[in-house]
Amino acid sequence: MEIELKLVRKNLIVRLKGELDHHTASCFREEVEREFEKEIAQNLVLNLGELTFMDSSGLGVILGRYRRITEKGGKVVVTNMQPQVERLYSLSGLQKIIPHYRREEEALRNL
Amino acid sequence: MVQNFLKLEIPSKSENESLARIVISAFAAQLDPTIEEISDLKIAVSEAVTNAIIHAYDSEEGIIYIHAFLEENKLTLEVIDHGMGIEDLEQARQPLFTTKPELERSGMGFTIMESFMDKVEVESFPGQGTTVRMVKEINKNKKVQSKEG
Repeated sequence: MEIELKLVRKNLIVRLKGELDHHTASCFREEVEREFEKEIAQNLVLNLGELTFMDSSGLGVILGRYRRITEKGGKVVVTNMQPQVERLYSLSGLQKIIPHYRREEEALRNL
Repeated sequence: MVQNFLKLEIPSKSENESLARIVISAFAAQLDPTIEEISDLKIAVSEAVTNAIIHAYDSEEGIIYIHAFLEENKLTLEVIDHGMGIEDLEQARQPLFTTKPELERSGMGFTIMESFMDKVEVESFPGQGTTVRMVKEINKNKKVQSKEG
């Protein structure tokens, strides 16, 4: 999996490319944690546009980031979800707590 | 009538999760499944293999056996381990239940398998291991359409 990070004001944009499973989850967790430890970013914008696969390990690691970030008053949103990822997202109930936007710009306007 | 089978043995390493998904989707390709069906199979096998790595073998090395059988348009998948087994199966299958919240597990593995496959059976013997058997009919909708047409 490839991870691209970009800071826009207080928002950390994370673009995931490839597959988010148990094997790749720890890499994603470490990269995001490292950025938030710098205490510049407050919110997380997760762009899943190029994520071709995600399973319950992906849900777990996203939920873990949600807990850590909201504890400190930040927000987590996801954008650009592919249909197969979106099916899992609605099944899991994650859509009730983590807002989903079609594009990054739209998410940034709402943060 | 298509009849075929596959037997795969892999060590319980997380790198092999993607390998299991690729092998199962390649095996299922002979039934000409839809993109959605391939995605369902990939996620189901991924959940079962991940469970074997994290829970059955508790991140120690063990062997995971993956068996797939094709009979007409029915695909049966078995993921077998000789790990620690599950004490309370009913509890393990509950949505959001996990014994490892510290590892950020979502507790959605069995719920996902049940949602994306037609049938899921679990047999487990504490101290001996677990077998997860899942069945999915491929091209269910296509068949109906051709009958109507």
